[in-house]
Amino acid sequence: MTQPLLAVRGVKTYYGNIIALHGVDIEVNEGEIVTLIGANGAGKSTLMMTIFGNPRAREGQIVFEGRDITQMPTHEIARMKIAQAPEGRRIFSRMTVMENLQMGAAVADPAHFEEDLARVLELFPRLNERISQRGGTLSGGEQQMLSIARALMARPRLLLLDEPSLGLAPLIARQIFDIIAELNKRTKLTVLLVEQNAFHALKLAHRGYVMVNGQITLSGSGKELLQRPEIRAAYLEGGRQDA
Amino acid sequence: MEIFVQQLINGITLGSIYGLIAIGYTMVFGIIGMVNFAHGDVFMVSAFVALIASLILTTWLGISSVFLSLLIVLICAMLITSLISWTIERLAYRPLRGSFRLAPLISAIGMSIFLMNFVQVAQGPRNKPIPPFFQNVIVVMEKDGYEVTLAYKQIVIWAVTAILLAAFWYLVSKTSLGRAQRACEQDQNMASLVGVDVDRTISVTFIIGAALAAVAGTLYLMYYGVVSFADGFVPGIKAFTAAVLGGIGSLPGALLGGLLIGLIETMWSAYFSIDYKDVAAFSILVVTLIFLPQGLLGRPEVEKV
Ligand SMILES: Nc1ncnc2c1ncn2[C@@H]1O[C@H](COP(=O)(O)OP(=O)(O)OP(=O)(O)O)[C@@H](O)[C@H]1O
Ligand SMILES: [Mg+2]
Repeated sequence: MTQPLLAVRGVKTYYGNIIALHGVDIEVNEGEIVTLIGANGAGKSTLMMTIFGNPRAREGQIVFEGRDITQMPTHEIARMKIAQAPEGRRIFSRMTVMENLQMGAAVADPAHFEEDLARVLELFPRLNERISQRGGTLSGGEQQMLSIARALMARPRLLLLDEPSLGLAPLIARQIFDIIAELNKRTKLTVLLVEQNAFHALKLAHRGYVMVNGQITLSGSGKELLQRPEIRAAYLEGGRQDA
Repeated sequence: MEIFVQQLINGITLGSIYGLIAIGYTMVFGIIGMVNFAHGDVFMVSAFVALIASLILTTWLGISSVFLSLLIVLICAMLITSLISWTIERLAYRPLRGSFRLAPLISAIGMSIFLMNFVQVAQGPRNKPIPPFFQNVIVVMEKDGYEVTLAYKQIVIWAVTAILLAAFWYLVSKTSLGRAQRACEQDQNMASLVGVDVDRTISVTFIIGAALAAVAGTLYLMYYGVVSFADGFVPGIKAFTAAVLGGIGSLPGALLGGLLIGLIETMWSAYFSIDYKDVAAFSILVVTLIFLPQGLLGRPEVEKV
């Protein structure tokens, strides 16, 4: 049996004395798209950030490529080639699009820079048009693209995407999902995806986890989860199955 | 008119020195939101390092080329002062990061007092002179026996300042180190998510600020020919005023503020009263804080988040 690329085992995370994750277990295998869905405040973003050690897991273990990264400093976790497009985009607003991409490539081999730049600009031609514009002056959707592009510049082994479709027009959101699927197919990019748009996410993902109040309550393949009545009721209500 | 031109020359010279110090205040404030009150004293210490280095060079090693010795003195001052500033950050500020907001500020004031007293004890309370060099002056214009002069020293100060600012500008705007520095300034958490070692970057910021202050310290010593343990205080506050006037956090602002403070001080001395020149400079601080708290080139906070 091959070991998973990322294994989160019994992780408990607190904000001060308030517990946010009550012992979470998830696994992401190489080449997979795994999605994490759940209501607002369930703890999805907290899990994404806990993987990066900020906040740090108070109990449990996070193992990446067989190495325990639970106590590793955040920047070293990034250097293990885990990249994140975090909640709220977090663009460096007083830096240009180009500089944001250069920041994303900080952990990558500089020899790849031109090649990777060309690749992400091909994925997001809009960024190419705005390459020397300051990040803070981009539209929300453009910032979202930049956030994803910045993460891709690291040539990540594992890409964490926290609500990449947030605030995007349906068409653009669609494009983003297509890009994720495409990257996964073509380059075997491994993705852990948090999404409000559960329908799209489950359709895209190989496997999914459902989080409720800081605990994983359900898991299964994307297809399976899509069929579950409780999921349909809770997350796909009025879910635009036609979208 | 002649007086004006003369004071313009003097003001730009003084302003260059203030600007170099102000950059250290503004960078540290930009990255960790703290006013490093010890920065003025770091400047003073650098002048002493330069003093000691130049005495060793001229009296013991007998190096006679002024340019060579200036270069060596500059490098010594920059290296040693950077090391001191790095140590201060490690010992006095870093452990307090994440503690309550005033803690590092109080620690900085403590460091300032420590440096001042240390130098007073180690070097004595009197003004320490260096043998004068670059004595020549150029007469720019002359009228009714009043000569407007540009001293070689002043040209050297302008040139050194310009070269170092150009190097500094390149470092901050074009290198990966500078990008990491700016990224930490904008969003430390995000910077660490892309692999930037934030603690290291903060250390680098202190080192760069101290290196520029050391340049200022060396030039100050060369310009006035003397330095005393108390010389960190007033120039330090003036440079801080310059940083606030230019817009704290803004690098061009620090430079502009420095030049303005230098000019205001020299013009005030010439046209009003030299005794009140410091009062003039500090009044600017108060007026800026009240009427223009974001400073001349400070950024208005209207960015999309
Ligand atoms: N910095 C913080 N300090 C204190 N509590 C926090 C902090 N960040 C999150 N929380 C709390 O932790 C819980 C989980 O938040 P989290 O952001 O992980 O939820 P989420 O599943 O990502 O929600 P959403 O779908 O709205 O993004 C929430 O109850 C939230 O209030
Ligand atoms: Mg969230």
